[in-house]
This record gives sequence, structure tokens and C-alpha cells, in this order.
Amino acid sequence: MNETTFLIFSIIKRALISGTPLLLGTLGEIYTERSGVLNLGIEGMMAIGAVSGFGLTLITKNPWFGLVFAIIFGILLSLIHAFVSITLRGNQTISGLSISMLGLGISGFWGKAYIGTPLKYKFQDFTIPILNKIPFLGELIFIGDPIFYISLILTFILWFILYKTKWGIIIRSCGENPLASDSMGINVYIVRYICVVIGGALAGMAGAYLSLAYASSWIEGMTGGRGWIVIALTIFSLWNPVRALLGAYLFGGIYILQYILQQYYKISPNILLMLPYIGTILVLLLSANETLRKRIGAPKFLGEPYIKEEK
Amino acid sequence: MITIEKRKKYSIKENLLIIIISIFLSLFISSLIFSLKGINPFFALYKIIFSSFGSLYGIKETVTKAIPLMLCGIGLSIAFKGKFWNIGAEGQLLTGAVLATWVGLFIGKNLPSIILIPLMFLIGFIGGGLIGLIPAFLKVRFNINEVIITLMLNYIIEQYVQYLVYGPWKGKTQYGFPYTDNLSQNALLPIIKGSRIHYPTLIIAILLSILIFFLIFRTKLGYEIRVIGENPLSAKYAGIDFMKVTLIMMFLSGGIAALAGVGEISGIHKHLTYPSQISSGYGYTAIIVAWLAQLNPLIVILTSLFFGGILVGGDVIQTSFGFPFATINIFNGLMLVFISISYFLIQYKITFKRIEK
Repeated sequence: MNETTFLIFSIIKRALISGTPLLLGTLGEIYTERSGVLNLGIEGMMAIGAVSGFGLTLITKNPWFGLVFAIIFGILLSLIHAFVSITLRGNQTISGLSISMLGLGISGFWGKAYIGTPLKYKFQDFTIPILNKIPFLGELIFIGDPIFYISLILTFILWFILYKTKWGIIIRSCGENPLASDSMGINVYIVRYICVVIGGALAGMAGAYLSLAYASSWIEGMTGGRGWIVIALTIFSLWNPVRALLGAYLFGGIYILQYILQQYYKISPNILLMLPYIGTILVLLLSANETLRKRIGAPKFLGEPYIKEEK
Repeated sequence: MITIEKRKKYSIKENLLIIIISIFLSLFISSLIFSLKGINPFFALYKIIFSSFGSLYGIKETVTKAIPLMLCGIGLSIAFKGKFWNIGAEGQLLTGAVLATWVGLFIGKNLPSIILIPLMFLIGFIGGGLIGLIPAFLKVRFNINEVIITLMLNYIIEQYVQYLVYGPWKGKTQYGFPYTDNLSQNALLPIIKGSRIHYPTLIIAILLSILIFFLIFRTKLGYEIRVIGENPLSAKYAGIDFMKVTLIMMFLSGGIAALAGVGEISGIHKHLTYPSQISSGYGYTAIIVAWLAQLNPLIVILTSLFFGGILVGGDVIQTSFGFPFATINIFNGLMLVFISISYFLIQYKITFKRIEK
């Protein structure tokens, strides 16, 4: 590899890595929103995933246990949102915000002791034999950390379930027309609960990826607004898991762009740090245009509590 | 079996009950969480309440912190009343702070106080209002989620403030600290002796809460805002201009939040510095201030004083127990959850019945 290829190689490689937590979060939010629930609590669920994953890895000396606990804590927070927004028919925006605050608060409180602690127990890189011998691509895609692969497999599985199975139809119908689903004997509440929990699990996992693979450390505020970017990416992906892949790696690229620009040009780091947020606004503008043109919109009953009528 | 029915009406007494129950449960659970770190929860509670409301010094600090909360809370009440989820009070406040510094330090620095200070408030208000127009326009025109836009603007403005104080605006007299130079005397607000209460801002806040109360509940514009919030469909049939009403509503909302930033610069800090120093999350805490007040600007005066106290008490237990700043978010998050739950409890009647066989 000469210098230019190496640069391109490392940009793509790092974009894939920094896109992975965004991908995981977006996949979860796609399911949550498809069932008709808007969860603005991703930022908090990611934060608690990051801190619990890190903490439990320190205790158990095994990142896989950390990952499992991150998923559990993500689910626990998402259950609060499910309870308030589904069972109590509360305001989903307010409930989601409260989850974000709660998650950020608890993670800051819990993680104070971990600041500056290095992580000794990391995920081992995983090599896919034979394929890794392909020049350039081999090292780029076929050597990586296990969560990177899990996220790719999940993308495919979640896409398959959503579009090719009866389960997918049920989930989508709960977001598009809960009344009709109910009359067909589907329990809208249970479907929505399950989808919110899937969202929580994946957001927890995304957080664990940040603290266990991406940064290998814990600092307060390490989610840095990724939870909000995920919500924009969900719209950008038009609620389709495969398109989420595109959005997530695009934003992974924007995160990397900051470092590259800083290395080669003299731009204030604070201006560069704005890039992902400016990118988010642009992406929303772009998708607004596209949803109008293609007439693909959000699930029709997104954000609307479902109230089962007495028969 | 369990049946849930919607109640027709509920009284002010029940509204008050919501507030009290929510506060009590959130304080209780937060202190349980503190006890995980081996701290006696009752001692923590005592410290929070005593340090904020238990001494003259505490009360002065509480009022000082209530000022920005009140302004942001009033601003948010307007937007929330129209179901416009402005989460951008933090950024709007910082916009006010930046513009106050700009006017006070650069363009108007030789003006007499009597002109300069109103000018700082005016320019701050306009700037915050303009920032508020961005999500308003995007929401009405393109149906883009305002929560995300306002949050992204918060992040962008925070970075911009840091850019200013580390870069072009870095003061020459501040020994290398990331502060702008101090404002001169004519740009500073008077304070109540022996405290940090910059009373002109407090007076503005109280006047605005009365004014906005009348605007929301007694004017045509307020009526239109409420209809859009409560029933957008009938607002459409009634021919209400969504674009116009949303723009005006968000201009006011952002502008009033920005006044808080002007007050913090001109009344407290005297210079622009890190965003987290200028606002200890006032814009976010104000969401709960407004929500707890049930979007009534007059009640915001009370809830902002309460949350001012929570912030002061929070500071004290942070320093004495070594808690991080984010701890306050636990309480804030719990408050929102419990307000939602108790809303449900007073809006619906739940009855448990035995199924007859």
C-alpha cells in the first residue's frame, strides 16, 4: 500500500467503525417507530449502555458480559418509555426526553469512578479466513471486531423480518393502522412493547460499542449527541434497515472527516465538531424532500397512543 | 378486570396534587439512587433543601438561579402550548449571551448604561427569536421534527461559543483563560447588595410571565396557538395560518429564552466563557419547569424558584459528596416520568371489577 491508498483505507475503516454504533441505534429505532412509537430516549439508553457495559466488563473481566448487561440496561430504560407511552398513553416526546435525561444522569453518576480507567479486556478482532486475503477489501471488511459483524448480520435479519415475514407485516401494521390490526386479533400493545424493547436493546448495544470498542474508555457525555443523530438517520433511512447502513456509514465518515480536516488544514476544532450536527440538519432536509417526492412517509400512527375501545 | 375511563373534568386541587406527588416521588427515588454510593438518602435530601431554602444566602442563590429558568420556562410554555417541542432553549439562551457580549464589548461599548443595557436585551431577544424561527420554518414547511433541529442547534451554538472564546474573542486581559475581556461598568446590570440577584432581569421575567399569560389565554394569537396545539385538524378547518402562528410563537419563545442569556452575561459573569459555565443546563431544566407548571406562565414563577433551589442544592451535594454535574439529570428525568404518570392518574379513572360468573 502506498500513502494515498493507506489514507483511503484508514478513512473507510474508521468510518465503518464510527458508523457501527449509529447503525445499531438506527436499527432499533426503525423497529420502534415502525410499530408506531417514537422513542427520543436513544441518547440516554446509549449512555447507560456505555457505562454499564464498561463497568460490568471491569468487574467480570469479559467484554461479552459487559455487552449483555448493556443490553439489559438499555431494555430497562426502554421499558419505562413503553410503560408511559403505551400503557399510560402519555406524551411520547416528553417521555422520550425524560428517558434521555435519566440515562445521561445515571450514567454520569455511575461512571464517575471509571473516568480515566483504561480498559484491559477488549473484544478480540475477528478474522474471516480466505476472504481476508483479498487485497485492500480483505483487511478492510474481513478483519474487524465482532460487534461490527453482529451489526451487519442484524441489519440483514431485521430487514428480512420486516419485509419478508408475517411478523414484519404485523409490526408495520401496528404503526400504519393500529385499529385494523386490532380488529384482526393482533395485540397492538404487546407488539409495541416488543418493538420498544428491541430499540432499547440495540441502543444499549450501541452504547457498549462506544465504551468497549470505539473508545475503550468511559468519559461523561461520550455519546455526544449520537442518540439524536440516530433519530435523524431513522428518517433518512425511510425506516428501512438496509438504507440505515448507508446513513450510518455516511455519518461515520463525517466523524472521521473532522480528524482528517484538522490534520491537513488549519480549521478550528470547534468548527469541525459542528459537522455531524450540521450534517444531521442537512440529512433531514434531504429526506424531507425525498419523502415528499416518493410519498414514503413516517408510519401513519407514529407517536399516537393507541386506545383500545371497549366492546 | 380493569377498566380505564377518561374523566370529564379535574380540579385545580388535583393539578396541585400532581405537582406535589411528582416532586415527592422524584426526590425519594433520586435519594435512593444516592444511597447506592453509601450516602444516607435523608441526609442528602436535608442538604439539598437546607442549602437552597434554609438560609438567607441559600435563598439569594436560589432566586439568582431561578431568573434564567423563569425566562426559559416562560418561552417554552408558549411553544409547548402550541405542541411545538422546542428543546432549544439552551442554544437560544447562549445566542442571547453571545449577542449581549457582542453589543456590550464591541459595538456599543461607549454608550451610556441607559441605552446600552436595553440595547443588549433587544439585540439578544431578536437573535434568539431568529434562531427560534429556523425549526419553526422547517417544521411547518417540510414537516421536519423540531426536537432534532432544536437539539442540533444547541450543539452547534455550544461549539460556536467555544470557538469564540478560544479564538477570535479570547480576551487579552484574562491571563490565557478562554474568556472574553470583561464588559465595562456601563454594560453591567445592577444587583441587590450582598447577593448575585440582577434584579432588572428578574423584573423583566415576572412582567413577561404576566404578559405571556394574557397573550396565551386572552388574545386571538394565544387562542390560535392553543387550537394548533390541542386540535390541529380543527385549526386547519378554522383557517388558522400555521406558518404565521408558528413563526410568531417560536420568535417569542426563542427571544425570551435569549433574554436569560443576556442576564447571565451582564448580571453574573461579565464576560463570555465556556457554554457550560454560562448555563448549567438551564435550557433543559426549563423544560421541566414549564411542564411542571402545566404550561401556565404564572405558575412558572413558582416552579422556577423550586428548580432554582434544586440546582443550588444539587451544586452543594455535588461538591460535598463528589457527584458529577449530570446527577441533576436523574432528578429531572424522574420528575418528567412522574408528571406523565400522575397526569394519567388524574385524567383517567381506573376501576377494578370482579368479573361476575
